[in-house]
Amino acid sequence: MNPEHAPLIEMKNIEKHFGSVIALNGVSLEIYPGECHCLLGDNGAGKSTFIKTMSGVHKPTRGEILFEGKPMHFEDPRDAISAGIATVYQDLAMIPLMSVSRNFFMGNEPEKKFGPFKLFDHAYANEITMQEMRKMGINLRGPDQAVGTLSGGERQTVAIARAVHFGAKVLILDEPTSALGVRQTANVLATIDKVRKDGIAVVFITHNVRHALAVGDRFTVLNRGKTLGTAQRGQITPDELQDLMAGGQEMVALESSLGGTV
Amino acid sequence: MSDTADAPASDERIKQTSALRKALIRPELGGICGTVIVFVLFAIFAGDSGMFSSQGVLNWSVVSAQFMIIAVGACLLMIAGEFDLSVGSMIGFAGMMIAIFTITLGWPVWQAILITFALCIAIGALNGIIVVRTGLPSFIVTLAFLFILRGFTIYLPQLIERKTIIGGIDKAAEGDWLAALFGGKILTGLFTWLGDAGIIAVFERGNRAGEPVVDGIPMLIVWALMLVVFGHFLLTRTKFGNWIFASGGDAQAARYVGVPVNRVKILMFMFTAFCACVFATCQVMEFGSAGADRGLLKEFEAIIAVVIGGALLTGGYGSVIGAALGALIFGVVQQGLFFANVESSLFRVFLGVILLFAVVLNTYIRRMITGER
Repeated sequence: MNPEHAPLIEMKNIEKHFGSVIALNGVSLEIYPGECHCLLGDNGAGKSTFIKTMSGVHKPTRGEILFEGKPMHFEDPRDAISAGIATVYQDLAMIPLMSVSRNFFMGNEPEKKFGPFKLFDHAYANEITMQEMRKMGINLRGPDQAVGTLSGGERQTVAIARAVHFGAKVLILDEPTSALGVRQTANVLATIDKVRKDGIAVVFITHNVRHALAVGDRFTVLNRGKTLGTAQRGQITPDELQDLMAGGQEMVALESSLGGTV
Repeated sequence: MSDTADAPASDERIKQTSALRKALIRPELGGICGTVIVFVLFAIFAGDSGMFSSQGVLNWSVVSAQFMIIAVGACLLMIAGEFDLSVGSMIGFAGMMIAIFTITLGWPVWQAILITFALCIAIGALNGIIVVRTGLPSFIVTLAFLFILRGFTIYLPQLIERKTIIGGIDKAAEGDWLAALFGGKILTGLFTWLGDAGIIAVFERGNRAGEPVVDGIPMLIVWALMLVVFGHFLLTRTKFGNWIFASGGDAQAARYVGVPVNRVKILMFMFTAFCACVFATCQVMEFGSAGADRGLLKEFEAIIAVVIGGALLTGGYGSVIGAALGALIFGVVQQGLFFANVESSLFRVFLGVILLFAVVLNTYIRRMITGER
């Protein structure tokens, strides 16, 4: 966290109701440039709903979103993307049948003039793709390699690199590590670290405490649509975080009966 | 998911992709192989039957071009992740509308053609809007239009003219500038010269003695080639082409990065309707009449040509060139069996077999691309 900076995003008392269900009941959060803010919580805690209000998918029922100090009203995800809030979804990041380069520029295709026509500038797209992939430490056979041949971790990395390349100031990662093996998880966490050092704010949603502690600067725990508080790195132990996520007491009992392996 | 792909050792990976494998991963491969096999087989078994004379070539070229026109539309639509089962009915409907506008209402042919195109493209858009808005499978929505349009195509001429075939359009179309774009021929001078030079066959007697048997290239073939070039260019060289792949590959992922998936799909439905209308107009101008049963089963033939050409039924992968080769195989075999004196019903057997073979091959190719086991 960089206290000298103003927050990039301020979410103030966000409430979201779906009919009679109160999914979010007054959640507040600030996100600063260059920090990795971990959003933790059990299934159904409201993590996904919360980040979807941040990325323009849902409109909050009540509450205010300030982006760089100005109130924002996102009509759809496109507005959030052009403002600089990019979201990388776990399984929907990439299209496996398409090449890495076509995926990388999907929705932002570079064009060059060819007589009266505007063409997809494949040469430029391929060059940039290879360059960005090398930066992220992925060796491609070629830019025309299909994304389907990449591992899950590499796909996440490509998606992150894409968001950063197209000017994201805030990167929301929705459980990027939950389906990955140990080694791939390490790669994604390393990528998060790299991106954060470039001054981009990362919102990292996970329910794995160890992954959160590996890269997080601050930790916010959601439970039943409310924040249970935000902790700085070093102020909280993994056990405390785990207990907060699971809602305290029951977890302690469960953990002792399982021999402390959870 | 395996961790092996993580290893940065690049040599290992280069070894995995042999040149053969790389060639296999092209969507056109099946189409190219099929074309070569088909031509070799017919050169052996029907080489002396006149199949490769100027007349014979024109014969199977025209049939192939017909398939190509509708295959281009079906191909782009399938890559965008949707089907159109109403293509055949649309062909019948479009032809019938041109006939009704020209003969019953007495409009000039160019006006009839333009209004029909507008009408068909609007119906295509309606197909697309229903699919996109309701989220229903395009299979069901366009199946409904298959029956709706065919029903009107049979009902309207009976109501208005008390018959199911409306003729006399060739007379009305004489001298019409737009009709010539669909029913005319080009390069007639070249063919006259070729005939005079003795390179191609000429009529030996009758009132056309001395004129070449094939006196030009029908506009139908020109349309087919133009559509193939346009489709291939659009798909592989433009931004919109990338959107077509993305919409069919994973619509949600494409939406998340700002691809206007709904617009892409609706436009592709409209393009398919346009292709069906080109087919219908060429056919009406050639025959001089419109029939209620025209275009029957064409939707399936278009889909088969596209699948033979390497496109995946699930969308997101395919090639217009492949689809065009699929159409060529289709046309050559259909007409070639006739030249080779084979019972024509066997054509259907061939169709079924080749379709099955193509789908199995495509599934295998997709597994190689996506690394599924």
